[in-house]
Amino acid sequence: MATFTERMAPVLAFWLVLCLSGTWAVDRGNFKTCDQSAFCKRQRALKPGESPYRALLETMELTNTRLTLQLINDNNKVRLLLELYRLQGNITRVKINELKPLKPRYEVPDVLIREPPTEPLSLLSQDDNGVVLSLGAESQRVIVSARPFRLDIMEGRDVLMSLNSRGLLAFEHLRMRKDTQADPEAEKKEEGDPENQAETGKEEEEKVEDGMWEETFKSHSDSKPHGPSAISLDFSLPGVEHVYGIPEHADTLRLKTTDNGDPYRLYNLDVFQYELYNPMALYGAVPVMLAHNAKRTTGIFWLNAAETWVDISSNTAGKTVFGKMLDYVQGSSETPQTDVRWISESGIIDVFIMLGPTPKDVFSQYASLTGTQAFPPLAALAYHQCRWNYNDQEDVQSVDAGFDEHDIPYDFIWLDIEHTDGKRYFTWDPHKFATPKEMLQGIMDKKRKMVAIVDPHIKVDSNYKIHNEIRSRGFYIKNKDGGDYEGWCWPGSAGYPDFTRPDMRAWWASMFAYDQYEGSMENLYTWNDMNEPSVFNGPEVTMHKDATHGAWEHRDVHNLYGLYVQMATADGQIQRSGGVERPFVLTRAFFAGSQRYGAVWTGDNAAEWDHLKISIPMCLSLGLVGISFCGADVGGFFKSPSTELLVRWYQTGAYQPFFRAHAHLDTPRREPWLFGPENTALIRDAVRQRYTLLPYWYQQFYLAYHTGQPVMRPLWVEYPQDPATFALDDEFLIGRDLLVHPVTEEGARGVTAYLPGKDEVWFDVNTFQKHNGAQNLYIPVTMSSIPVFQRGGSIIPRKLRVRRSSSCMEHDPYTLYVALNPQRTAEGEIYIDDGHTFNYEKQEFIHRRLMFANNVLSSVNLNPEARFTTRSWIERVVILGASKPSKVTLKTADGQESTVDFDFDASMSVLTLRKPGMNAGEDWTVKLQ
Amino acid sequence: KMYCPYLLLLLSLGVSAVEVQRPRGVPLSKRQFYEEGKPFTCLDGSRTIPFDRVNDDYCDCQDGSDEPGTAACPNGSFHCTNAGFRPAFIPSSRINDGICDCCDTTDEYNSGAACQNTCRELGRKERESLQKMAEIAKEGFMLKQQLIQEAKRGLEEKKGKLAEVQTSKKDLEDKVEALRSVKEAAEQPEKEAKERHLKAWEGNFKCEDISPSTVCFNVSVAELLLHSELDQDSDGTFTETEAQGLLGGVDKVDTVAFEAVWSNIKDKYISEAKADTTAPVETPQEETRESVSDTDSEQYPEDDIPEDEEEEDEDDEDEDPDDGEYKVTSLSFSIRLVLDGPGKDDEDEGTMPPYDQETQNLIDSKYMYKTENIEKEISFDFGPSAEFGYLYNQCYELTTSEYIYRLCPFSRVSQKPKYGGSETSLGTWGKWAGPDDNVYSVMKYEHGTGCWQGPNRSTTVKLTCGKETVVTSTSEPSRCEYLMEFTTPAVCQEPPSLDSMHPDHEEL
Repeated sequence: MATFTERMAPVLAFWLVLCLSGTWAVDRGNFKTCDQSAFCKRQRALKPGESPYRALLETMELTNTRLTLQLINDNNKVRLLLELYRLQGNITRVKINELKPLKPRYEVPDVLIREPPTEPLSLLSQDDNGVVLSLGAESQRVIVSARPFRLDIMEGRDVLMSLNSRGLLAFEHLRMRKDTQADPEAEKKEEGDPENQAETGKEEEEKVEDGMWEETFKSHSDSKPHGPSAISLDFSLPGVEHVYGIPEHADTLRLKTTDNGDPYRLYNLDVFQYELYNPMALYGAVPVMLAHNAKRTTGIFWLNAAETWVDISSNTAGKTVFGKMLDYVQGSSETPQTDVRWISESGIIDVFIMLGPTPKDVFSQYASLTGTQAFPPLAALAYHQCRWNYNDQEDVQSVDAGFDEHDIPYDFIWLDIEHTDGKRYFTWDPHKFATPKEMLQGIMDKKRKMVAIVDPHIKVDSNYKIHNEIRSRGFYIKNKDGGDYEGWCWPGSAGYPDFTRPDMRAWWASMFAYDQYEGSMENLYTWNDMNEPSVFNGPEVTMHKDATHGAWEHRDVHNLYGLYVQMATADGQIQRSGGVERPFVLTRAFFAGSQRYGAVWTGDNAAEWDHLKISIPMCLSLGLVGISFCGADVGGFFKSPSTELLVRWYQTGAYQPFFRAHAHLDTPRREPWLFGPENTALIRDAVRQRYTLLPYWYQQFYLAYHTGQPVMRPLWVEYPQDPATFALDDEFLIGRDLLVHPVTEEGARGVTAYLPGKDEVWFDVNTFQKHNGAQNLYIPVTMSSIPVFQRGGSIIPRKLRVRRSSSCMEHDPYTLYVALNPQRTAEGEIYIDDGHTFNYEKQEFIHRRLMFANNVLSSVNLNPEARFTTRSWIERVVILGASKPSKVTLKTADGQESTVDFDFDASMSVLTLRKPGMNAGEDWTVKLQ
Repeated sequence: KMYCPYLLLLLSLGVSAVEVQRPRGVPLSKRQFYEEGKPFTCLDGSRTIPFDRVNDDYCDCQDGSDEPGTAACPNGSFHCTNAGFRPAFIPSSRINDGICDCCDTTDEYNSGAACQNTCRELGRKERESLQKMAEIAKEGFMLKQQLIQEAKRGLEEKKGKLAEVQTSKKDLEDKVEALRSVKEAAEQPEKEAKERHLKAWEGNFKCEDISPSTVCFNVSVAELLLHSELDQDSDGTFTETEAQGLLGGVDKVDTVAFEAVWSNIKDKYISEAKADTTAPVETPQEETRESVSDTDSEQYPEDDIPEDEEEEDEDDEDEDPDDGEYKVTSLSFSIRLVLDGPGKDDEDEGTMPPYDQETQNLIDSKYMYKTENIEKEISFDFGPSAEFGYLYNQCYELTTSEYIYRLCPFSRVSQKPKYGGSETSLGTWGKWAGPDDNVYSVMKYEHGTGCWQGPNRSTTVKLTCGKETVVTSTSEPSRCEYLMEFTTPAVCQEPPSLDSMHPDHEEL
């Protein structure tokens, strides 16, 4: 029998994959709708305006840091405990749990970077109907209404946000299971107040049998030993018509209303060939939503790692523009309002209300809770070449040589699952990758790096060291019966380490030590795939919810699993170098806080124009919730791109944070030089543009690490008062100074880009042509490039000497692009460090402000304590929108003055200063006379 | 400034040493454009700059020509003299990037990279390999001439044979009829009948071309030669002497004598079959043609029956012995008959078919095949001088860690797991697919077994000059698109005389 099973394994796996793939689109039947998810169905059936919850004001306790108050469900008399905190930085935290739960309910650990520091709350007034608390700054108040319970956050006379205003707060209390054949009558009695709930009571009893204590989906059964435990809360956002965030969905940047379909779902899933423009769950989940109008930006962070659904409705969604105008003219309109409702399967309500008021404030507020983007090694911002799979060492070598032969730079070459010995991670195929160190040394000799995949599913094989260790240490996730959970994945039968355990993560991290991970070297980095976790034969291709992680069910921690995998892997990389080197880890699954551990990509997309297009809103949405290091597979993973699509994708990817080409095993090869010399040249050009801009990218990532601002930004973040930008997701900003409008239509002859900013100008980076802001501009395009603009008023450093990898360019000189605004000023920054260690934490960096005003360009130190020296110098300054000077002089730190040669192109008003030559890390001024 | 007085340029073969001054990175051929002290005009003529801006680490010329020795221009190139080896241009982005590109180390003059001058060593190695290649090309080219000659001869013969076979078939049928009468007349004793049976059988196959009256128990050199041709449908270089060698140095042997010969061949065959797995099924042409014995390999029965494209069966290899009989080549088959004699129990091969209708069918199919196959063969494009003709109906194998790859030129490519499992077609003969100036350098095999969610498998075979005919490597660069490297004398070009093959003399 054993033999049979063993022999059948590959067949079964193949069959499964086949089943998952029947057609070229997601098989929706494999994934639940809200109706098929019992708790979502139950919760969504609740009607607004019938809240059974009442605040028991007499239980209120107010200390310096928090307010507590009991709530009671008048239907079943179950009491809840409300905790309210004022956090530093204009954040209000609302926690609701059962006052006396049967057993503890899960509270998400390890996501907040610390217990958030509080600020004092004070009582302003109190009566029988409620209390008013001061939130300190800005005349902000919280009004707690008693019957029904409701919270309103006010500023002056404006309501910023209301909680339970529609009465959809729901908290399924933990309960004892009645006898196996649940007696409806008994259940009903416990629910209390039979009079009031006679009718709905009956319905609920039906559901008890359906989905409260057991639930099946397709052939999978969820035993639900702890019964129903869902939570739900509604939020009203007066004056708001635009909400964003809650990735990951393949949908527009601006979230849609969900009244006529399913809610947006947050449940990390390995979705085979995902479909675009729908609210289905994907690989990662960040339960953070941003709400924006021209006056204010706010955010809601729903800290819950269980399966979650988010409903969005709007009172203006159905209205036509004409209808809205009519309302406005007649002055009879109700205020536009967006209502949002969060539903989670288990855990508690723990919500952080980030009150802005600006987009940047919200980013800072969120960063203060969950941390900022990990500062990646510079090379990780360069170009990555991946394929499932580079077949063997020879293949790797010849692809590497191909890049040199065609003079295309790259920094990382990637190995997918086939590099392992039978999908046993941390090993190498003994034939194809017999001498990995030799291979890595060859890559290193070119100053390049490699990434090898390490997935969390572990082959069940008693000859596999990793498996044996995990099993003997009891580190595997357990199934509901207490045995090691086993599922099918790439290696066949696999176990899943319990990454929620700190001791498991520490052990995992130790496996990346050079003496543990045989064949690894310091230029080998890691890719965590399939960490939703993907279980080919599990419900919805993931783990059974009744599997257990110690005291908790998988149900409670599901969306957190991927974050933990990447956390442990990144820790391993840090530890292997004794804490010196920055890690680089790519993950597919993620959660709030994943930004701290590396990069994320949008999973298994397809070689289709719409997938190129959706990469923009998908990465923008991630950036809004802290995950800046985002990219989509260039070229598309499934299927084979047309040459035009591939070129356009390179041109787009070159301007997205994580720039990696990837391809499915079954697709023809698509290294950049395989499409004729003309297309090779186009791709070369796109990649080289990326390399020239690496100093700017690096500086943006430093900023993201430092402040939590996204690197790739929607326009509204920088132009929050311009409604024309609110729904734009076919163009974006990098930092605030580069505007990119990719070409995402086949055969496009031109695109219409919106250039924001009433008093701004934008310079085409290729032609230096100047355009005014606040206009829709039609730009003719050829295959040679996509429209990219530099904002007037900015200074962008580039390195124009593109070499075969970013490390080769370390000491190269800079060219400064100074784009003048109508006031003839500009400013920018330059950030330099060693590019790969944590020494920047010890002030070993150069961070300078570059300013142009009154015809003087100068560099001043932004951090006098920082010490780092560079060999890089300024070889050229290009001033866009300049007039011709008669003389240019340079004054360096040592007081020396010298004249600088220059060229002036009168037709484009471009002044080029020739070889001023000052060191990039020192003070200097250049004066135009 | 980066002006560098140039060094001694040692040439690989010459003893001459010359001192040539020019800016760093400029090839000798362009030296005249860089005259010290005089204004420099960009090589594209776009502008003129003072000479001190040449190699001053700032790019002034659009074409990069002012910075031949620095990395300042994105489109510049740097010339390494590489004395002792070949001079080369590298992109100027590789100057001082910490990676040694020029074997003379001149590209890393300011990066701190510890480069070793490896030019002499490289030059030596290159000369050695050039020499080796030249030798191979020379010998290969000679072999190719032979192939061409033989192909020419073979083609004529085949055409003649085509006609001949068609007529002789008729004769044979008559003869069979006659023999049948004899058989019927001599039903007993059994032994006798079997002997006659054997005679008839032998006669059908072996005697027709010599003389109908020859005693068929004799095997002659001429016969062997003839049969090698018939069996293989390619004449190769199976020479009289070689055949004689097979027969122990005489022109003709009788049954008993041949039995001894056969046991030698047989042993040899068996040992070869078990030997080095990378050896081709067929050994190279200039050696004794082993096909005589190879072809009765059980593992790889010769596909004598024209391939039926439509019923491409993946399990072809696992034919049952009954099928196999028809595919076993006539010579080995008949030899076996001779050796084993009538009544001898043969395990799984060479069982003499029962007389009568089966014999007739065998004759029919045999001759049907012969005519069809010769016609088919004549229709192939075997190259400008039919030099690839010798590959026809041959198969070459390469065993990797997982698979046995098999290339049967002009027929098909297949892959079979090393440790059991069915064979997969990687394509059947499609076309010559080399570049226009060298069409016969690449073969394309198409329409192999389909891939899941992918294309049908296909194989590109790259042909390079070699003395031997061998598959040297296989790979699968893209899923289901295979690449095979194959050496054969048939693509060898006439080598240039060795004198003109010295490394480039550009520098002097």
